[in-house]
Amino acid sequence: MRALLLRDLRLALRAGGGFGLGLAFFLILAVLVPLGVGPEPDTLALIAPGILWVGALLACLLSLDRIFALDFEDGSLDLLATAPVPLEAVVSIKALAHWITTGLPLVLVSPVLGLLLFLPAEAYGWLILSLLLGTPALSVIGSFGAALTVGLKRGGLLLSLLVLPLYIPTLVFGAEVVSRGTQGLTVGTPLALLAGITAGAVALLPFASALVLRINLR
Amino acid sequence: MASFWEYANPLKFMRTTDWLLPVVAWAAVIVTAVGLIWGFFFTPDDFRQGSTVKIIFLHVPSALMAINAWIMMLVASLIWLIRRHHVSALAAKAAAPVGVIMTLIGLITGAVWGQPMWGTWWAWDPRLTSFLILFLFYLGYIALWAAIDDPDTAADLTAVLCLVGSVFALLSRYAAFFWSQGLHQGASLSLAPGTRIDWAYKAPLYISMTGFGLIFLALVIAGTRTEIRARRMKALVARERMA
Repeated sequence: MRALLLRDLRLALRAGGGFGLGLAFFLILAVLVPLGVGPEPDTLALIAPGILWVGALLACLLSLDRIFALDFEDGSLDLLATAPVPLEAVVSIKALAHWITTGLPLVLVSPVLGLLLFLPAEAYGWLILSLLLGTPALSVIGSFGAALTVGLKRGGLLLSLLVLPLYIPTLVFGAEVVSRGTQGLTVGTPLALLAGITAGAVALLPFASALVLRINLR
Repeated sequence: MASFWEYANPLKFMRTTDWLLPVVAWAAVIVTAVGLIWGFFFTPDDFRQGSTVKIIFLHVPSALMAINAWIMMLVASLIWLIRRHHVSALAAKAAAPVGVIMTLIGLITGAVWGQPMWGTWWAWDPRLTSFLILFLFYLGYIALWAAIDDPDTAADLTAVLCLVGSVFALLSRYAAFFWSQGLHQGASLSLAPGTRIDWAYKAPLYISMTGFGLIFLALVIAGTRTEIRARRMKALVARERMA
């Protein structure tokens, strides 16, 4: 399993594109929004948490189809499915690799983009914390969507139509944590719900993804 | 009494619905017509809302059926996954477009009603938002059916999507209620005493709700029959080619 994780990480880093692309997209979004809504610091500070969360969501979405598609095409997914490691574990490892190459960099880069968007000083901690808790759910839910569409030739657009509605609860609670934290309100409830969604998704969705992958590989 | 599972046999299903479909369809037309005509023309105007209150006879039944259609799809998907009855998968497929239309009717009549009452076509109210989200889930489900060529794979994948989607649709609903306070009133009808709607409205409302239920049933049966025939046609064409 560790070999698989290392292999996926190495592929993501060296095969070009996948790793940097999501980050670049995140950056471009943070540049485009002020260009679209105007440079007033007050307006930007107001919408910054939401923009950063939506940006993280979309940046995550961008690299989802790579989770399984390449392995499906060259047949290594069939080998992984027949390997002694259960497919559920393979799916979890692949989601983890996706999170390490996409979610984690997004979390690390988000304070810098917060600076561009005049994010209030007290929001930084909450932003990082909520993204840290929420992005694993994005990767796991996304791997389910990727497993659903793995055999399709024009799966990209369909993937976003399937996955984005599933992202709604994570987005709502994540953005709520940041906006409540910024206003100095208590954040216990949305934080717990966000963590709960992540924990539930990490625990249960790999089974659904593995089931779907088996159907697609049949 | 024959077992319910007999209808998992497409032949038996077709034979039964041969006579059942016209009955249900005509019942749907008559009951809906009675409900709507009674509702529109023979109920008094509300003392504050005027005649706009009559939108309720379209709004509530369609909203009800939009949710029930998803629940029916969920049950049918479960039956397909567990017992592998093809009719069940096809019924789930047939229910989705009807559910979308019901959701749209609910949203549009709601907008038309909201304009004079709340002064806005749309508000990011939890009920409205969760309905819009339900609409998105329906779209994803239908798109996945349309995208996959192999019918059994499509049935399997959409059934799993329906199960997972149900969990997330429910979560989204709670998220929406958490996220914003609403303009929309609570449940219009409830079994608890002291309900807020007078019988003058309630009676035609119940009738149009029944009517919409029958419309849904008739459309799903018709859609399932179409799917079964399409499947049979494909099989015949394939056999022709083999020969």
